[in-house]
Amino acid sequence: MKTKAVNEVTLEFPSQSRNESFARSAAACFAAQMDPTLNELEDIKTAVSEAVTNAIVHAYPDSIGKVRLKIRACPGNVLELIIKDHGRGIPDVDKARQPMYTTGGQERSGMGFTIMESFMDKVLVRSTVGRGTTVILKKKLASRVQASK
Amino acid sequence: MEIRSKSADRNLLLELCGELDHHGARSALRELEMALDAALPRKLVLDLENITFMDSSGIALILRAQQRMQLLDGSLLVRNIPPQARRVLDAAGVSRLVTIK
Ligand SMILES: Nc1ncnc2c1ncn2[C@@H]1O[C@H](COP(=O)(O)OP(=O)(O)OP(=O)(O)O)[C@@H](O)[C@H]1O
Ligand SMILES: [Mg+2]
Repeated sequence: MKTKAVNEVTLEFPSQSRNESFARSAAACFAAQMDPTLNELEDIKTAVSEAVTNAIVHAYPDSIGKVRLKIRACPGNVLELIIKDHGRGIPDVDKARQPMYTTGGQERSGMGFTIMESFMDKVLVRSTVGRGTTVILKKKLASRVQASK
Repeated sequence: MEIRSKSADRNLLLELCGELDHHGARSALRELEMALDAALPRKLVLDLENITFMDSSGIALILRAQQRMQLLDGSLLVRNIPPQARRVLDAAGVSRLVTIK
């Protein structure tokens, strides 16, 4: 079941690499209202960068398609990030999530999902070949106010 | 993304500046290959002090540099890694594969 968000924003942009920086900065900007630590902000930027780059590089390898980034502040200071594309999809998600697995050749290392997993609390992937991929990232932010108590 | 290169006595120093993501790494990878071809160094130092953000695209670049230096029978040192980039390298297990200062 979908948790009701306290606040949310949706962005849609073409799969151009210059939007990678925009997407992760937007996520960090939104998360700032949840009183995160500097480390948490960096973790969020890194995970978003991985998921958005995957949509740009793998979902639409030879074309420009739409990438949607939904950023949600959920109860309990949980940040939820949903990255969705309508690209070629992933035939075997479990395999794709393995460290060092890549179909991207020498320019990629196959560590994107591993990094998302290590920087977020939860990484969910739904994908259908020929239809697209949705990645859901969740992280509970230990707000600075609470952390200092 | 910008790369400043200094070369002397077959020692090559590359200072990377800016955001080392997929967008930035494309040109950085090209410049790395060109600088290596020109200098054929024995020792390559990648200085990351001025990297403001890095993701897995940076890992591919560092591993490529490592591979090229192995082919040249030389060595690679990655130094001045900012905390965010360091966490990315640690998460990917790259800190164990590459010499870091
Ligand atoms: N949105 C997507 N659409 C289609 N395929 C994808 C998508 N995301 C990931 N993949 C597939 O999953 C593989 C693993 O992704 P992962 O991010 O872990 O590594 P990578 O992108 O290949 O390399 P890196 O992230 O280290 O640069 C990719 O090589 C690709 O085959
Ligand atoms: Mg990736």
